[in-house]
Amino acid sequence: MNAIIDIKTLKKDYYVGEVTVHALRGVDLTISQGEFVAIMGASGSGKSTILNIIGCLDRPSEGDYYLDGVSVAKMTKNESAAIRNRKIGFVFQSYNLLARTSAIDNVELPLMYNSGIKARERRERAVAALKAVGLSDRMDHMPNQLSGGQQQRVAIARSLVNDPVVILADEATGNLDTRTSYEIMSLFQELNRQGKTIVFVTHESDIARCATRNIVFRDGHIIREEEVKNRLDAAEMLKSLPVEED
Amino acid sequence: MNFGNLIKVALLALKRNKMRSFLTMLGIIIGVASVITMLAIGQGSKKSIQEQIASMGSNMLFVMPGSMRFGGVQQGNSNTQSLTVSDVQAIKNGCDAVIAVSPELRSSGQAVFGNSNWPTTIYGGNEEYLSIRSWEVISGRNITDEEARGSSKVCLIGRTVADELFGEGVDPTGETIRFAKIPFKIIGVLKEKGQNSMGQDQDDVLIAPYTTVQKRLLAQSHIQSIQMSARSAEDSDLALAQVEEVLRQSHKLRDNEDNDFEIRSQEEMATTMTSITDILTILLGAIAGISLLVGGIGIMNIMYVSVTERTREIGLRMSIGGRGLDILLQFLLESIMLSVFGGLVGVLFGFGASRILAALTSWPVSVMWSSVIMSFVVCTVIGVFFGWYPARRAADLDPIEALRYE
Repeated sequence: MNAIIDIKTLKKDYYVGEVTVHALRGVDLTISQGEFVAIMGASGSGKSTILNIIGCLDRPSEGDYYLDGVSVAKMTKNESAAIRNRKIGFVFQSYNLLARTSAIDNVELPLMYNSGIKARERRERAVAALKAVGLSDRMDHMPNQLSGGQQQRVAIARSLVNDPVVILADEATGNLDTRTSYEIMSLFQELNRQGKTIVFVTHESDIARCATRNIVFRDGHIIREEEVKNRLDAAEMLKSLPVEED
Repeated sequence: MNFGNLIKVALLALKRNKMRSFLTMLGIIIGVASVITMLAIGQGSKKSIQEQIASMGSNMLFVMPGSMRFGGVQQGNSNTQSLTVSDVQAIKNGCDAVIAVSPELRSSGQAVFGNSNWPTTIYGGNEEYLSIRSWEVISGRNITDEEARGSSKVCLIGRTVADELFGEGVDPTGETIRFAKIPFKIIGVLKEKGQNSMGQDQDDVLIAPYTTVQKRLLAQSHIQSIQMSARSAEDSDLALAQVEEVLRQSHKLRDNEDNDFEIRSQEEMATTMTSITDILTILLGAIAGISLLVGGIGIMNIMYVSVTERTREIGLRMSIGGRGLDILLQFLLESIMLSVFGGLVGVLFGFGASRILAALTSWPVSVMWSSVIMSFVVCTVIGVFFGWYPARRAADLDPIEALRYE
């Protein structure tokens, strides 16, 4: 299989005053095209650090990282910005949509930083992305006119719009209730079925069971790595939830 | 990010905070409007003084007796009797940079016609006097050479005097009035000049041959001053030097003796008088400039607040591929837009305020184009200058920290 992410003996140290924090102490990780990987671990385990490095927001102290066949570990800030723009889609726990900016404008944002894409194409791709997350009727709504789940869908559309090689989600269901969480997971599973590679950080085990592979971090090491057996289908889970009357 | 997108992004950001953007711009609007208005007031008064001086005569020079600089025990200039008609002749013959020269004498008195009378001043000159002092005759004729030399009892009448003695708008040419009991035949009417900058009515005059004023009214052998026109404004200094040379000779002054006369040029007077309005303009402009500076600091302040408040937005923009430079330019452009839009509106307000001021106070107000262009340039510079540090701070943020910022 084609390795999208190939990480070799990666280390990351932080210097807080005179104290050195070893956030990652030698991690080997390969993620292939079409995988849906859930990264788990307690806080301080290094799961956020690995996500930041995978997302080219941070650079490793030691080791190598190939993204889509290209070594990105020693890139300059501007080079990694371009990589983030072309190859990575981020979904955050708190959505991070621009306030007072319509859904469609929010989704267009990543393409604004790509001078190769003209306004018309930008609009078309944003419309397509919003359609893919089921929000084609909410394009001109402002974030405060949307529910939490809808806002997260807009954020997912934003992560899709540049057609990234990998979508990185950081606790993307952390702010949502169970029902909405399953809705979002069902969307991720659907995207994954269409071939998107997804890396998902979570600490909820049932959310992690929606993925195809689970990786567990502790103290900067991968302590467990396993294929998910009895994978949960979020859409099925959604149906089994009791319908709430209000 | 290309420039078009940058502008769009910056515009969207400003639109998201309409009220704040407007209030920030208000500082610049007020600053620019006041700079333009203040400079317009300064420029207006300068222009009106220049017009006044121009209306006094064309490239005029004049010689007065005595030297005011040496007051004290020396005789005051009003007592000095150093200028004579032969000086006028000497200048006429000896100064090629002077194209017209006339003696001048003044006398005040009551002008009488029928049962109307009016206090006025009579000026004595020769046939060149009118052209030197930029007077025009609208009805009748100028004084002739013979009349000038022959103590003729003729005069030209200013509009104000004509109105007072004969009634509004009446042409009194051919009538005879009495001034200090001497009958004067009116041979022409002078074109109106209006008030000068001191509010003095320039049309309240009679002009008669200098010999008439000298002999019949004042009964004196000296003259009060000599009025001249230089060939051109550029020749003004040359004419001044020539006249001084000629007069020193004609007065037989030795090298170590001071001049017993004083020469002034219109140019010089203009410079002296406009230097006051120049100071005024600088003062007004400086005060207005301070308000523009305060407006600029307002922009800087808001941009700092904005960068802090939008830390997560900055983190997000970086995470989706915004480079430091993109972020820098976005914030810089926001502050430039604030100041340039503010500047534009300020220019309009400045024009408006100048008009209103001119209408309400009848001050001479004249908007300088250079001040409009200058305030525009200053606005852009303010935008860059006061936007730079906040923008730099935004661009230097660490994306991970910024995304986590609460």
